[in-house]
Amino acid sequence: MPVITFREALRQAMDEEMARDDRVFLLGEEVAQYNGAYKVTQGLWEKYGDKRVVDTPITEEGFTGLGVGAAMVGLRPIVEWMTLNFALMAYDQVVSNAAKTRYMSGGQFKLPMVMRGPNGPAEYLAAQHSQALQSIFAHIPGLKVVSPSTPYDAKGLLKTSIRDDNPVIFLEGELMYAWKGEVPEEEYLIPLGKADVKREGSDVSLVSYGKPMRVTLEAAEKLEKEGINAEVIDLRSIKPLDEEAVYASVRKTHCCVIVEESWPFASVGSHLGWLISRNAFDYLDAPVEMVASEEVPMPYNHKLELAVQPQVPKIVAAAKKVLYLDN
Amino acid sequence: MSLVKKYGKETTLSLLQSMLLMRRFEEKAGQMYGLRKIGGFCHLYIGQEAVAAGTIGALDLKSDYIIGGYRDHGHALAVGMDPKAIMAELYGKATGCSKGKGGSMHMYSAEKHMLGGNGIVGSQIPVGTGVAWKIKYMEENGVVLCYFGDGAIHQGAFHESLNLAKIHDLPIIYIVENNQYGMGTDFKRVSAVHDLAQMGYAYDIPGKQLNGMQVMEVYDEFVNAVKSIREKPHPLFYEIKTYRYRGHSMSDPAKYRTPEELEEYKQQDPISILLKQMQEEKLITEKEYKKMDNDIKAICDEAVDFAEKSPEPELSALYEDVFAEA
Repeated sequence: MPVITFREALRQAMDEEMARDDRVFLLGEEVAQYNGAYKVTQGLWEKYGDKRVVDTPITEEGFTGLGVGAAMVGLRPIVEWMTLNFALMAYDQVVSNAAKTRYMSGGQFKLPMVMRGPNGPAEYLAAQHSQALQSIFAHIPGLKVVSPSTPYDAKGLLKTSIRDDNPVIFLEGELMYAWKGEVPEEEYLIPLGKADVKREGSDVSLVSYGKPMRVTLEAAEKLEKEGINAEVIDLRSIKPLDEEAVYASVRKTHCCVIVEESWPFASVGSHLGWLISRNAFDYLDAPVEMVASEEVPMPYNHKLELAVQPQVPKIVAAAKKVLYLDN
Repeated sequence: MSLVKKYGKETTLSLLQSMLLMRRFEEKAGQMYGLRKIGGFCHLYIGQEAVAAGTIGALDLKSDYIIGGYRDHGHALAVGMDPKAIMAELYGKATGCSKGKGGSMHMYSAEKHMLGGNGIVGSQIPVGTGVAWKIKYMEENGVVLCYFGDGAIHQGAFHESLNLAKIHDLPIIYIVENNQYGMGTDFKRVSAVHDLAQMGYAYDIPGKQLNGMQVMEVYDEFVNAVKSIREKPHPLFYEIKTYRYRGHSMSDPAKYRTPEELEEYKQQDPISILLKQMQEEKLITEKEYKKMDNDIKAICDEAVDFAEKSPEPELSALYEDVFAEA
């Protein structure tokens, strides 16, 4: 099976869907002639031309809203946000229009659009450019929120998202674009709302999604060396959320650590912790732990920056805590 | 030749009827609001009827679209949405055009190409621009009319949209319905320019000011504007000067303006003006007008009756229409 990068997997997904459906078009800053700020859209402009791959001015509210209008009347836009940090400029369009038009119109309109781009901390970018914003999108009814952790998942999930008749926020990560993984040549789709067991285990459930899956899997290996057999669940999509996969794992291991890179207050992870406490309480041997971002704006200094984020030692410590192995 | 004569009986009667329906419908809606049959915000359009009637009258809604702000009852009626479904929506009933989930600010009809009613000031402007994008993308022959008030024109959404529309020659007409007050604030106190028609020029989009009390002037201008866009897609911008007789919403006593000012505008009522013009050209008699008015009042009474008798949505509707099925 070919080994390709996360960015190439995303590019392939968009290319295949654009070839399949003329209504799919792509717009955003630098997506066309520059080949994408992070080169995710490389070659698409040459292949599909000005009509379907469109460079925009730096006006996220305007071009995201344009996508909403185009989707309402039958096109299938992919809106690239150069980073999710800039999506804050488009937040009104996402919340007030993309998410709610179907409901407010009594189901008269579909909003088949994907809004995608890198989310989460990168390196040396300071507070405005380095933050994980999934919670504020996941909070809004009417949006689907997808967060892949491997090139294979990224391709299959993005293709499904493009074919979905609803607005989908598709979260990538700047630091993930160069990650490599096996991706088959033949077409495949991954359904939204289906978590994946990235590692089978019986002692503790580690639940994560998106970029922190990497440190979570590393933590699982570290724990293995200490004789602790961790199961790693990758949510893959935040909304819809595969609650059952999490409960099934908790029923097996009886303890759980949630790992995410966003702030913990009112986050995806804190919500999941509440769900587990409500729906799998009888299976728990310990309170659910969460390893999230520290609740501070991201500092520029690299040592501090790393300390803000979920790291292997924090996850290992949390796992030992729920196993009552720490002192 | 007068515009009334130029367009003849059929067109002028239809414009008069359209405006009168908006007026009588909203008088009824205001009354029902007073009786607490209608809740929430209720922004009446009374006084501004010539704008919706004159502009939408120039469209072919098989190919054209409209989108607007929260003062949207008039536009919904002008595109031909069923007054019963609109009144039922104001009542929040299951038979409303948005199944009772939209209310006053969210009148939608996919069939009539009415894309809402938007409650966030200026938020509809990029969306309308996207609808024009689809027309161009699919190589259709349509036009989008995108309405907003003088309060919305300073939003980034407006400026970002005009820029995009010009870059891509989108078939859209941006219409600022300048009723002169953004809620309770005289627009002149918060706008750097008072001639809003100028604001298109920053994006090389020609702007023009129209008298929104003269429905025939609005209609004539839009017949030509729509024709020019069908021949070759491009954006246009209009400031249509108008006036709302009522407050910003039903809860606004409108004490920020004088009774004299209101009276002055009522002297240029768009319905009275057209009626007088038609009478002068002998296109309508007093008797015919009375009959039209009575028929329309009956339609509005029926709408209220329908809304009254319609069922509330089932509780099971709560979770319906959040997502489209895959």
